[in-house]
Amino acid sequence: MIAPQAPRTAGCSAGSCGSSAGQMGGLSDKIRAKVQDHPCYSEDAHHYFARMHVAVAPACNIQCHYCNRKYDCANESRPGVVSELLTPDQAVKKTLAVAATIPQMSVLGIAGPGDPLANPARTFETFRQLALKAPDIKLCVSTNGLALPECVEELARHNIDHVTITINCIDPDVGAKIYPWIFWNNQRIHGRKAAAILIAQQQKGLEMLVAKGILVKVNSVLIPGVNDEHLKEVSKLVKAKGAFLHNVMPLIAEAAHGTFYGLMGQRSPRPDELKALQDACAGDMNMMRHCRQCRADAVGMLGEDRGDEFTLDKIEAMDIDYEAAMVVRAAFRAQAMAELEAKRRHKEKASQILRFQPRVAKPAGRPVLMAVAAKNGAVAAHFGHAKEFLVYEAAADGVKFVGHRKVEQYCAGNETCGDAESVLERSIHALAGCEVVLCSRIGIDPWRDLEAAGIQPNGEHAMEPVEDAVMVVWREMLAAGKLDFKPSAAKCA
Amino acid sequence: MALEIIESCVSCHACLALCPSQAIIETRPHFLIDAGKCSGCLGDFADAQCAAICPIEGAILDEFGVAMNPPGSLTGIPPARRAAAQAEIAAR
Repeated sequence: MIAPQAPRTAGCSAGSCGSSAGQMGGLSDKIRAKVQDHPCYSEDAHHYFARMHVAVAPACNIQCHYCNRKYDCANESRPGVVSELLTPDQAVKKTLAVAATIPQMSVLGIAGPGDPLANPARTFETFRQLALKAPDIKLCVSTNGLALPECVEELARHNIDHVTITINCIDPDVGAKIYPWIFWNNQRIHGRKAAAILIAQQQKGLEMLVAKGILVKVNSVLIPGVNDEHLKEVSKLVKAKGAFLHNVMPLIAEAAHGTFYGLMGQRSPRPDELKALQDACAGDMNMMRHCRQCRADAVGMLGEDRGDEFTLDKIEAMDIDYEAAMVVRAAFRAQAMAELEAKRRHKEKASQILRFQPRVAKPAGRPVLMAVAAKNGAVAAHFGHAKEFLVYEAAADGVKFVGHRKVEQYCAGNETCGDAESVLERSIHALAGCEVVLCSRIGIDPWRDLEAAGIQPNGEHAMEPVEDAVMVVWREMLAAGKLDFKPSAAKCA
Repeated sequence: MALEIIESCVSCHACLALCPSQAIIETRPHFLIDAGKCSGCLGDFADAQCAAICPIEGAILDEFGVAMNPPGSLTGIPPARRAAAQAEIAAR
């Protein structure tokens, strides 16, 4: 087997995160052209292109129950957390330094740590300078939407063609359980009234952006018991209004984070709940499943953070020739785009072949979830070394990427974070719902514990392309008669 | 009449642009209020703007030294609940 020769560096370890689902399938050619090198918007692009966030926007105009404005932790990886705040000038310098060092870097986003549009002077000064100095970088912004309508003109002027709005609800009664207050017209407004204003502004902003031809992605945080069923309606509505992608992310809530949800015992969704909701919404719109919920100052490919290489004192010492860097970047981009195009054409061809096959009776064998310890698209990681497992659903009609499960602890483990569960127990817990785990190697202890948990370890496909290996294992299970009944052991956590 | 920002301020900048008297001082380790400039927004706004947007309970005091956003008022987290969680985490 020949590993795909991609000019990628690190980040997501999948070969292709959505082969049979075809996340880009429902998009027009125009949108496809716009997102083909955006790692957050295009599933296959995230293997080739990197993103960075600059933390220039500290202020926020609302409070969300999953956010703690005090948080500033070097070990944490989740939205809203940063290590150092940058001025617009520092952010521009950092962006140029990163773009010159990492040719994959195609997108600069402002995502916080507060709300970018609650810091319009800092956010737009950063965009203004970058549009001039780094015309080869796409600019995007994410927002809670409260100040969005008044910013749409200026966003269009700075050539921002991607905006993400976090929309957790369209019903103020649901919103009142998520947002305790907003700052609006020089007043703090609480409860249902606050939620109603926020929702109206989000929807108005969405409509205005779509009317301007600016691409809108909608992020939603799945909060069990609060907005889980409701998000299906959200998905329908935002699609009808022209959002092109919906990203449902799991709530992150731990008491140690000091958030309302963390302290009040609101639980996070289980992976199977997240998948079920994404599947339910997928009928209506393009769903995004490769989001890694990165920090507001993340740098690099999705799933990696190279922020440490670009601290203020380090970029101060760097001598950047951006003209020269742009030549290198253009060459990288041309090569990557050619490879991506070839891959996409191959996929299209494959799907056409499928389409012309005569319809047969419903194929035998139920779908199976398998977790893979992958590296660069191959079954190449040792079970104990994997920081994340990619989860695939295998069925008669092919293999589909459905998400990833992190196994590293959210915090590196000082006395204020982490819990008594061992790393192995945590890993097994994280793989709930999967019936097989493929890896290059695995020790005897984890093998035994996985089997006891109803998950079959498999080390027979080391270095093979992930999707081929998953399909082979599924066919073996089918041949062994394991796929005509519901599994009893591999229950969801 | 002057308000005061104390050490629990996280320097989030939210108050900076809102102050009608330009009384907020952007400094380290946290922002401060210039008592000579602060009017408590009297005559400008119904509510003191810094206190109306500040996300941190207890970070802004009124002229009597009383927290304008007392514990629990912004996050909805009962103070006893927060204290219990902190004690539990510290005991791990």
